[in-house]
Amino acid sequence: MSEPILRLTGVNKSFGPVHVLHDVDFAVWPGEVTALVGDNGAGKSTLVKSVAGIHTADSGLIEFRGKPVTVHSPRDAADLGIEVVYQDLALADNLDIVQNMFLGRERGTPWLLDEASMEQAARETLASLSVRTVKSVRTPVSALSGGQRQTVAIAKAVLWDSNVVLLDEPTAALGVAQTRQVLDLVRRLAEQGIGVVLISHNMADVFEVADRIAVLYLGRMVAEVPTDEVTHSQVVELITAGRSGDLGLARPESAAI
Amino acid sequence: MPKADPSPPRPVGAISDFGIDTTVRTTRQAGQDYVARLRGGELGSLPAVLGLIALVAVFWLLSDSFLTLDNTANLLAQGAGKMIIAMGLVFVLLLGEIDLSAGTASGVCAAVMAMHYVKAGNLLGGMGTTVFAVFAAGLLLAALLAIIMRIWAGAALSLLAVVIAAVGVPANAWYSAWVEMLLAVCVGAAIGCLSGFLVSKIGMPSFVVTLALFIAWQGVILQLIGEGGVFGIGGQHVLFDVANGSLSVNASWALFLIAAGGYAAVVLGEHRMRLRRGLVTAPTPVVFGKVGTVAVLGALATLALTQNRSPNPDLVTIEGVPYVVPIVLALLAAGSYVLNRTRYGRHIYAVGGNAEAAKRAGINVSKIRASVFVVSSAVAAVGAIVYSSKVGSVDPQAGGLNTLLFAVGAAVIGGTSLFGGRGKISHAVIGGLVLAVVENGLGLLHQPAAVVNIITGLVLLLAATVDALSRRRSATVGG
Ligand SMILES: Nc1ncnc2c1ncn2[C@@H]1O[C@H](COP(=O)(O)OP(=O)(O)OP(=O)(O)O)[C@@H](O)[C@H]1O
Ligand SMILES: [Mg+2]
Repeated sequence: MSEPILRLTGVNKSFGPVHVLHDVDFAVWPGEVTALVGDNGAGKSTLVKSVAGIHTADSGLIEFRGKPVTVHSPRDAADLGIEVVYQDLALADNLDIVQNMFLGRERGTPWLLDEASMEQAARETLASLSVRTVKSVRTPVSALSGGQRQTVAIAKAVLWDSNVVLLDEPTAALGVAQTRQVLDLVRRLAEQGIGVVLISHNMADVFEVADRIAVLYLGRMVAEVPTDEVTHSQVVELITAGRSGDLGLARPESAAI
Repeated sequence: MPKADPSPPRPVGAISDFGIDTTVRTTRQAGQDYVARLRGGELGSLPAVLGLIALVAVFWLLSDSFLTLDNTANLLAQGAGKMIIAMGLVFVLLLGEIDLSAGTASGVCAAVMAMHYVKAGNLLGGMGTTVFAVFAAGLLLAALLAIIMRIWAGAALSLLAVVIAAVGVPANAWYSAWVEMLLAVCVGAAIGCLSGFLVSKIGMPSFVVTLALFIAWQGVILQLIGEGGVFGIGGQHVLFDVANGSLSVNASWALFLIAAGGYAAVVLGEHRMRLRRGLVTAPTPVVFGKVGTVAVLGALATLALTQNRSPNPDLVTIEGVPYVVPIVLALLAAGSYVLNRTRYGRHIYAVGGNAEAAKRAGINVSKIRASVFVVSSAVAAVGAIVYSSKVGSVDPQAGGLNTLLFAVGAAVIGGTSLFGGRGKISHAVIGGLVLAVVENGLGLLHQPAAVVNIITGLVLLLAATVDALSRRRSATVGG
């Protein structure tokens, strides 16, 4: 494999006295799905937001295609082609589907939006995600179900010609069929050469679509391994205890040697 | 935006999977959707429209002089000032913020404008050196803050106010009244820069900032006019005509053609484009119905207002559409355009709906938050011009008393939510009409101020209740 499209080295992030990320190293390869797993509060969403420009890391290096970059705002991330589906979705309830999908990146001039082209593009993207349940792309988001909102959030991320897509628990609110679609989509994105990061608590999904698995434990990256080199139970152990056999945090005794 | 193309190549057959997405609905479906929306708590301005019809009917039954042409024109001019302030406030309310200072801020604008006229363009002489220095410094500070926030229009208007104040304009030039009105709007924009900065950059709640400013501006008005003083502006015919004059009969019909024709052209043009490109649009009969209703009502109103409505028709002729109508219509068109068609407007709705989502979309939330105060205060200055013109003078109570509460009330009664994210400029117009009818109608029935205030308060309470209930309702319906 060539070089990672996105690489984080020694990233730290604290919220006041709470040290959430400790010297995290993390890499995303183009054309691969990297699963990011960890218990509740491990720091997965914080890591994603640091890449997305919502939070700025306190220290550490972010490299994009081998070059150090600064990501201080969502605009910076978007300019690099980094798209995020947030766990809490981040949709404006009072706007309709089209308006949400293009929020912050509206087509047309500042003085006259090109609604027609936005509506057509939104419809095509939703169609490609096989969204059967939405009555109209002009439905306000407040009228959508949880799963429909999630689909809109995902559609919003894949609408753009992106290099990296990070999905923070994208299937959490979805039914069986829609989960299937999202997992297929995740694979499809990777096949197009995009670096995909999937955060999920569902091990079956992770093992099905991920090429690599990265495990966060209490804000520390304890393992980053190819999926076919680990078993289900090893990953579960890594998530809950931070180590499993040779993998993960060193035992206190062995660290002393 | 470099990456505007939908990325993955789409499977052709997939479009049909999206089959439930319908772009063209029948009139019946549209009606059903509308009812469903109402049930879901999205009432919009429906309660206000129904209330307006009911109020007009009641006052028509109770008072012979209510639905006369003379009183109708008078009612429009009476209500226009607060209605215009309400139109600016909609921008602030859309963010879920409040501008309690809009009323007294508009009073400051009125006072400066009137002083400029009364003192023949010599603000320095009118204010005295110290006050003038503070005034100019305040304008410069506002410009500086606007530059820091990168709100260029606010900076430009603030600086323009400094220039007008410093240069002084000859009192009797044909353009001096226009300069005075421009000065009022510039001062309004500068005031908005100050409150916007305090709210969005310092991060104080807008309630506190604008409450403090509400009191402070009241003091400023008093300082400018002086205890018990009054600036008469009725002698300046342009300033006086703003709220008291009317278009000629021919101009009235021209206004009707421009307004109704423009509305029809925009709505029908958009509808045709949407049909042609297969986009979501209302059913054609509904669109035509809307355009037709506007045209018919507009024609009837123009016809009525172009009759001679003088109480002594033999002595004087009063006819034509009052100037306040085109003023309100122009602001309505401009405001609707900004909110619906521009990126700025879209971002206002986004910040009001979900500030966090807007931030994550890369929108400069604090700039949007500051800018709405500039809009609100500048528009309030237009309102100040209108209400000052109506009474022909500016006194220390200008913009005080109930002005602000009526303006907020107008927006909320019209259907704009106090919780942010939902509202239109037209709500301010409809709500403003409701309040103007209440005030005028009760006045005709010789009700004392006590009754007027109690009833107005109850109407507002009712509107706020509808807002809160419909919000609860839409929260439960939209899972
Ligand atoms: N804005 C914030 N301010 C303070 N603390 C925060 C903030 N955001 C997150 N945290 C803390 O950081 C830690 C990691 O949170 P994070 O949301 O990244 O976890 P997560 O791995 O995504 O968990 P989950 O699986 O529940 O989504 C938690 O202890 C949380 O309380
Ligand atoms: Mg999370």
